[in-house]
Amino acid sequence: MSRRVLLSIAVLAAASAAPWVVSNPSRQNFLILAMMTAQLAVAWNILGGYAGQVSFGHAAFYGLGAYTSSVLLIQFGLSPWIGILAGGVLAMLFALLIGWPCFKLKGHYFAIATIAVAEIVQVIFTNWRAVGGAVGLYLPLREEGLKAFVFHASKLPYYYIALGLLVLTLLVSQTIERSFLGHYFRAIKDEPEAARSLGVNLTRYKLVAIAASSFLTAAGGTLYAQKELFIDPGSVMATSLSVKIALASILGGVGSLFGPVIGAGILTGIEEVTRQFFGGSGRGTDLILYGMIILAVAVYYPHGVIGGFKAWSQRRAARARSGSTG
Amino acid sequence: MSALLEVRGLCKRFGGLAANLDINFAIAPAEIIGLIGPNGAGKTTLFNCIAGFHRPSGGSIFFSGLDVTGAPPERMARLGVARTYQLVRTFSSMTVLENVTVATLLHNKRLSIARERAMQVLDFCGLSPRASEAAANLTVAEQRRLEVARALALQPKLLLLDEAMAGLTPAEVQQAVELVRRIRAGGVACLVVEHVMEGIMPIADQILVLDYGRKIAQGTPTQVRNDPAVIAAYLGES
Repeated sequence: MSRRVLLSIAVLAAASAAPWVVSNPSRQNFLILAMMTAQLAVAWNILGGYAGQVSFGHAAFYGLGAYTSSVLLIQFGLSPWIGILAGGVLAMLFALLIGWPCFKLKGHYFAIATIAVAEIVQVIFTNWRAVGGAVGLYLPLREEGLKAFVFHASKLPYYYIALGLLVLTLLVSQTIERSFLGHYFRAIKDEPEAARSLGVNLTRYKLVAIAASSFLTAAGGTLYAQKELFIDPGSVMATSLSVKIALASILGGVGSLFGPVIGAGILTGIEEVTRQFFGGSGRGTDLILYGMIILAVAVYYPHGVIGGFKAWSQRRAARARSGSTG
Repeated sequence: MSALLEVRGLCKRFGGLAANLDINFAIAPAEIIGLIGPNGAGKTTLFNCIAGFHRPSGGSIFFSGLDVTGAPPERMARLGVARTYQLVRTFSSMTVLENVTVATLLHNKRLSIARERAMQVLDFCGLSPRASEAAANLTVAEQRRLEVARALALQPKLLLLDEAMAGLTPAEVQQAVELVRRIRAGGVACLVVEHVMEGIMPIADQILVLDYGRKIAQGTPTQVRNDPAVIAAYLGES
């Protein structure tokens, strides 16, 4: 127990010091992106990993978070710190509304429904003049500071906000995992029928999972809007974003606390490397690599990187044991 | 009303097929009723109607004096009806203890308390040495036992056992029979679907025989064994 706490503190300290070791601004930006992707993947994992309800529509929640805080800021001058909460609540209400009918669907049908819902949301925002339509929204340039949630001189504060949000999301995820909800979610994932016969109301607990997941995803959306100071449906509601969030979690290891963080690190790394190697002409190279990763994970590591590592260390321990006795 | 469960005129149709037709019977508290019949007789359908997985096409079901016809499985679990599955449905990614904890959480959402309760149930079922084993690594006999433990952990008044002894060796059947006896001693009524006759005949107070969706006989094991209609259903007309 205390060893785990020490390890967590060490990792947190290393993460806090990382941008001071890496002083190159573009490298720092990479760290911020990795942090943000990790936060989204951990949030996705609550619904898609623990409860087993695979969503390919999380960009809708992300976009709703980004748009809510941005519109509130532009129209009413409301602080993004209030906007981040408002966006979270709105995305959560939307998630509950669509979850109610969609959770009647099982397995792949649920996944397909989430794609459809996210597409609809994206089309609506693309054609909705009041929120900028296809042109998008530019956030007002204001003086920087923590209160305004805007930083010009250095992007470093965004790193710490992203890190804070990631830690918060991990804490929520861990609290769920260690409470009765963790047991219920995994039961629903493994054998929904059997879970019902043990008194677990499937729809109720799937709604709990999507509520937590969507709220945290929307918070990530607000952070993106404040960092880029520009949003449009193509950047915050794209299907490719939904896929990336899901993929990071699946690659790292669904249903584990830190798997999605590892997956997000690997994916963001691939994105950066292909962008540097191929530049503008290599557009889509990362997508080809994503495809190959999906294949490899599905065939060789159905439990992701974390699962593969656990199996390897168990084999090693078993070999060590048999070696000492024989 | 003294009956724990009362089934009146129960019918269940799937399209043109009548899987259950006008079935009537009652179970008293702490009674063991064996449900037998050839394959396709409608035993599992009857189970699913009682446990809330099928909505009956006709008739009604009363539990503890409440009309529970068409109530969903979650509600039946809460009221005190627990079941096992013909094909085991243990939570394969969880340990044995976690499997049972999902059930004990019904009455108390505190994980520490639920886990303690689950451990007691595992002790009762003789599974505590396997508590931290992954459910997927258990033998068939252990998995069936785990299903019983999980159902028992709901603290039910009625336990529905769907072929809990299928695929077991004779020695394991004896252990299972012993377990059902101890469960009944704790005041739990059991409705047992079983093909393994040596598993059900010694313990059942009554045997109910289904054939083509209808109840063709009901009585003590001796009565049923000598019933001409039952012999005809199992061995064909002579």
